[in-house]
Formats: sequence, structure tokens, C-alpha cells
Amino acid sequence: MAKLRGRGYASVNYPTGMNLGGDPSQALIHATTTGTFVISLSSVDLGQGIKTIAAQCAAETLGLPIENVLVDTADTDTGPHCMGTFASRGTHRVGNAVIMAAAEARAVMLEVAAEELEVDAADLETDGTGFIRLKGAEEKGIHITDLALAAHFKHGRTISGRGIYLKEPSVPVPETGEMDPDSCQAHACTAAAVEVDDETGVVEVLELYNAYEVGRALNPAMATQQVEGGAWMGVSHALFETTEPYYPSRDHGPRDFAGYLMPGPADIPVQHSLFLERPAANGPYGAKGIGEMTANAPIPAIANAIFDACGVRLDSMPFTPERVLRGLDALRRKSEEEPC
Amino acid sequence: MTYRLAPIDTSTFTAERGASGTDVGDLTVIGSVVQRSDARGHVTGRTEFFEDVAPPRLAHLKMHRSARHHARILDVDLTEAVAVPGVLRILTHADIPNNLYTPLKLIGVGPDDEPVLAVDKVRYLGEPICAVVAETEAAALEGAARIKVTYEDLPPVFDVEEALKEGAPLVNEYHGQNHFIYEGHHCRRIRFGDVEEAFARADHVFEWRYQSAPIEQAPVETTGCVVVPQADGRLRIHSDTQACFFTLDNTALILETPFNTLRIVGGTVGGGFGGKVDVVVEPVACVAAMLADRPVKFVYDRAEEMQVSSPRAAERIIIKDGVMNDGRIIGRKVTLYVDAGAYSRHSPYGTTKAAAHLPGPYSIPNVWADCHCVFTNRTPSSAMRGFGVTIADFALESQMDRIARALDLDPLRLRLLNAYRDGDLKAHRKVAEGTALVEVIQKAAEMAGHELPEAYRRMSSTTREGL
Repeated sequence: MAKLRGRGYASVNYPTGMNLGGDPSQALIHATTTGTFVISLSSVDLGQGIKTIAAQCAAETLGLPIENVLVDTADTDTGPHCMGTFASRGTHRVGNAVIMAAAEARAVMLEVAAEELEVDAADLETDGTGFIRLKGAEEKGIHITDLALAAHFKHGRTISGRGIYLKEPSVPVPETGEMDPDSCQAHACTAAAVEVDDETGVVEVLELYNAYEVGRALNPAMATQQVEGGAWMGVSHALFETTEPYYPSRDHGPRDFAGYLMPGPADIPVQHSLFLERPAANGPYGAKGIGEMTANAPIPAIANAIFDACGVRLDSMPFTPERVLRGLDALRRKSEEEPC
Repeated sequence: MTYRLAPIDTSTFTAERGASGTDVGDLTVIGSVVQRSDARGHVTGRTEFFEDVAPPRLAHLKMHRSARHHARILDVDLTEAVAVPGVLRILTHADIPNNLYTPLKLIGVGPDDEPVLAVDKVRYLGEPICAVVAETEAAALEGAARIKVTYEDLPPVFDVEEALKEGAPLVNEYHGQNHFIYEGHHCRRIRFGDVEEAFARADHVFEWRYQSAPIEQAPVETTGCVVVPQADGRLRIHSDTQACFFTLDNTALILETPFNTLRIVGGTVGGGFGGKVDVVVEPVACVAAMLADRPVKFVYDRAEEMQVSSPRAAERIIIKDGVMNDGRIIGRKVTLYVDAGAYSRHSPYGTTKAAAHLPGPYSIPNVWADCHCVFTNRTPSSAMRGFGVTIADFALESQMDRIARALDLDPLRLRLLNAYRDGDLKAHRKVAEGTALVEVIQKAAEMAGHELPEAYRRMSSTTREGL
């Protein structure tokens, strides 16, 4: 009886946006009297962080600190349409809509500032600290709070903007499958190191190496959470999860987390992750969608590592101890039949 | 603030990283670590989810569900259930104005193949038949347990290939056969080049088979909503839906009310992973709220979330490859069976997404795929993270490993040799751009200490070098 170690690889790509497109999202943005910009959306934050990403995109485009941005979502009476949070579309669609809205608002902001400062709007710039300044003459400037007050009470201007992003729908050709399914593709390669206990059939994932090309990591800590949290889900899919353990039989379906197992803290492998950035021309600051794909590569990487460790090829998910042991039994029977 | 932070490699795509209409050096907020806006609320317990809405006179809804896989409903007896103290109302299919789930109806994707509440037949174990509205959750559960349904059992079919055979039990009369029809074809097809010709001239032909089982999205917060009738006659729906307007539009279609009589309030959700895209709780809860004229809460318990809420589909995938001695794959034939369960939900869409993903991130000049969306007598499957792709990747990348083993080739070199690059025509006839498979493989090899020869380290997604 032994603990056998092995290593396996998988490389994958993943499409951004609803398949075949046709999935718009909108954003509205307006400044309050004191220069806070409120982004109105109907987008859903499942915990993936779309509110944070929307605020970052707005702050970057406006040229203002992120503290000046609030996100108001999701109430269908007040937020403009969003197709929803799925298909790795939120950052791409909503990010683009927010950038479009914020760019429109920024143009008005600079126009009003030009009137206040009695200069040309084209000669103004933002410094990221809340000031709009005359290029090359830094002492001539105005803070966004003063500017927004002036816009409201002196100039009667609304500093606001509208944004929408739509990838026009594509219709597949039924005979050939010709279609334009996606906006861009993100990429990943995962190497998994596992240990297989040939007595119990238990597989332990020891380490994962994750290389992800994501267009641009808009918030590198949140992107890391996506990669490493998604890998946890991949480990879980690979080793534990199903609602029908003896599919296609409907028997023995788990009804709670005592029967439906998932990896606990002690089951989480050591992870080494790295981002590559090849910005997408149509992405918000080049970003691609990575919300879904991060669970994918670990599964085959683990399957391939199990084979590397013990010679058992598991072609059915999940890779339970029962399946590992049956595989090992089959290998033993085979070697007994073919003595060499 | 401490957090895990994966480094960004700046040695690849260096010129492009500074392009894209922005100078990377000038970005101030993008690319920096900003604390998640929901972090403080989540760790202090102050985040408000839909269940934190507790209006006065809140009533509770629980379902009576099918105890059979496939059966005719002969009789539904509510006598004992209505006598349970606290039971306010029991809804049947006759109470639902338009008793049809209508996924993606407004953008022309159907079909109308599923009742909101079962009419004369049940097609899977756990299919909803009656909704009990009561003063308390306990009374609703008790009422649901006291409903007596008389069934006439019908033969079920559980296996996708069995379901497609002549003479198999018919799962869903709406379709007339046990598969979805794609514009006159029995499956979603990819036809690119000539795979049979490729297999004939290949040095090796490999064919293997892969299988998955249904997987639960397993959000911490189960699917649910609280519907609150408003002073102006509208309904305010507090929901954990992943798509507010999708829920609003489809609920209005089922209620046959003007769209603007509904208001969805949501956006803060305890995990979704695709499980909260189907519009399953809001329509019934709205009907209940209207008929009872009270706020109504309908939330799945954990067992419903696991066995009734639509899971990731089980898939069966058969991949046949024609491969040359040097590892080049010249033909790939994929047969995919997606187990949609008893109703379509989003499976026809997911099956097309699976077809678009084939043959994986590789340039293969001859590709043939038949992707079948098959009906069986099980819980309808639907969206889940990696919809149409996750299980395909398990099969495709296991296949790559097996080919490498069979030909005694390095598994990463095999992938690099076949990796798609800028300018390659994909099987669905879109020209690849922005590719980076070569580079992520090279980086993963470097990280894991897997040595690649110079020629493979010099390969690039943007040039044909090394091919």
C-alpha cells in the first residue's frame, strides 16, 4: 500500500459574453450637488464583485478618486436594463457600458469646468485626486465638489452620462454551425500535483499552478480570488460533487451537505497563480471575462495527474475513491492476466 | 488589508499591454487593488439579502411535488390539506394565468414546453404540482404533506442514448421526440473540412468516451423571493435572481400582467453559479401574493436546491481523433449528449454554446460535431458556471493527455504543437484573434518546473514560429 504522486496538465480557453451575443447592459451616471457620481445599474453582484469593478471603471474614466463613485444596483424601477450576471459577461458588458456613460459625463464635467475657469475644455485634465486642472498651469484648477455645486446652482447643467454595450446577435448556420459566438477568449493552463492513496482510493490535490491570460486584471486581488476560488470549485467537481452519484440511476441523491461533499479547508491545495494580459480590443480597458472558466482546467488536470500517479484513467466524473479503487482493481486483474 | 495577489507577468504581450486605447502607465484605478465593496458587510453580517425583508403578515409558500419519475395525474385531493390550521390557499395549475415557463421568450428563444404547475402529467421526481400558502412555514409544509395525488405510472427513461432509441418512452409531448430540434436538424452541428478523409490518412485514430453526472450549483443562499403587494397595486419582488429584468419580464408573461406592474429589488446575492437564472420561484409567489393579498415568501430548502433546482447537465462525450506520428491532430469528431432532463430550460442554448467551443483551443483542419440536447425523466438541467464548456474541457483535455501517452509525447509539447494562434480559422468559421494559449502553456510549464525545448519556448500566438 502506498501513496502515489503524479502530475497532470490542462489548457483551456473560454468565451466572454452570452453565446451568440444579443445580451445588452446599460449604465446611467450622474453627479450629485457635491460631486459624487452615482452609477445606476440593474446588475447583480453574486459575490464576484461587479459593483467594485463598475466603480473602478467609472473612476478611471472620469479621472476621479474611487471614493467619489457610488454604485446603485439593482432595482428595476431605477436601474436601466442589464441582461444578467452569467456567461462571464458582467465585467465586459457592464464595464463597457459604465465607461461609455462615464465618458459622456466627463465631457460635460470638463465643459462646465472650462466655463468656470474661463479656458478651453480641450486644455483641461484630471489628476485623479479630484481636481480638474489646466494643462501646464497646475495652479489653475477646480475641485469636483466646487465644480458640481457650480454646475447645479450657477450653470444649470447636469453632469451625467448614458452607456450601453451590445454585441449584436449572431445566428448560427444550421448545416455547418458557422457563427460568431463570443466577444473574445480568455486562456488558462493548469498543472496539478496529486497524491493517490492506493488503499483507500482517496485523491489529495497537493498543488495547483495556474497561468491565466485575462486581457487585463482590472483588480488584481479580485482576479486572484476568481482564479483560486474557481480552482477550489474545480477540485470539488473533480473529486466530490454530483446530485446523482450512480447516474443514470436516480437513486442515492444527496439532500444536504452531509451527503453532498465539498472540499473543506484541509482539502485546499497550495496554489501558485500568474496573470498574463493580452488586452481585448472590445474589452473595458482590455478585460476579458474570467468568472466561469476558473473551475474548468483543474478538473482534467487532476484526472491526468491521477493517471500519472497510479495508471488509472478516469473517464467519468467525479473521481471518487470508489472509482479509483475499481480502476486499481482492474489494473491488477489485467496484470495478473498478462504476466510478463 | 491583507490579501492574496497573483503577480502579473509583464514579459509577454508587452507592447499590447500598453495599447488598447490607454497607456498602461497612466491608469490610476484600473489595475490597482481596490477593496471589494461588499467585503465589510459580508464579514460584519450587515449585508442585507432578500430574506432580511420581513414585512408584516408575511405568508409562506411550500410545494407539493411529484413522487414519481413519470406518471399521469389521475386525481389531486386537497381535502385534508385545506383543513390544516393556518393554510390560507392552495394553488393548482388552474390558478396560474399563463401556466408556462417562458425562458428567453422575449428574444425569440423558446420553447413553451414546461408548465409552472403540473397539469395532467409529471415528468420528473420533484416536479411541482400544488403550492400551499399558509400563515407559517410549518403549516405550509404540513399542508403540502397532506395533499394526496393519485398517479398512473408511466415508464421512465433515464439514459440519453436509451432516450434516443426507437420506442423509448416519450418524455415531453411538446417536442414529439426526446430531443430538441435545431432548425430542422436533430442536433446542433459543426461541419468543417472532411473528418473521414482525415481519419483515412492519419497515422493513428483514437476514440474515447467520457461521462459526467449532474452537479449542483450549491450557493450558500438558496433560491427564493419575498413578494410584497404595494399600495398602488403593484408587486415588489425581493429576489436573489441573477438577472433582474429577465425575472421581471418572464414573471409578467406568466402572470399576464403589464410589465410595469412588477418591480424587482435584488442585486445582492449569496452565490449563484447559474442556479438562479431560471425563473422558478417568483411567478408562483406572485400569484400567491395576489390571491392571498398578503406578502408571500417562497424559498427553497436545501433538499429542493439539490434535487429539484436545475443542476449542471450530465454529459456524455465521445471524441474520435485522427493524429499524425508527430502529434498533429488532423481530424476530430465529437458526439455530445447533453442530458436536459424533462424540460428545455436553457439546455438548447447551452448545447449550442458547447458546439461553438469545439474542438477546444486547437487548430484542427477537419472537425465534425453532433451536439444532442436530449430529454429524460430527470430534474431539468440548466445554466451552471462554464455552461456547455466545463465538461467538454474535461473530455478534451483528458483526450489530449491520452494522445500524448499513446504516442509517448510530452503532453505540453503536444498542446503547443496544436494550439490555435492568431489568424487560424476556427471550426465555426470565425478567425481567431487575441489568442494566448501558447503563452499560458509556456508560463505554466515554467512555474511547475516542466522543461520545454528552446523551439517550444520560442513559439508564439502571434507568429507561426516553431510550426
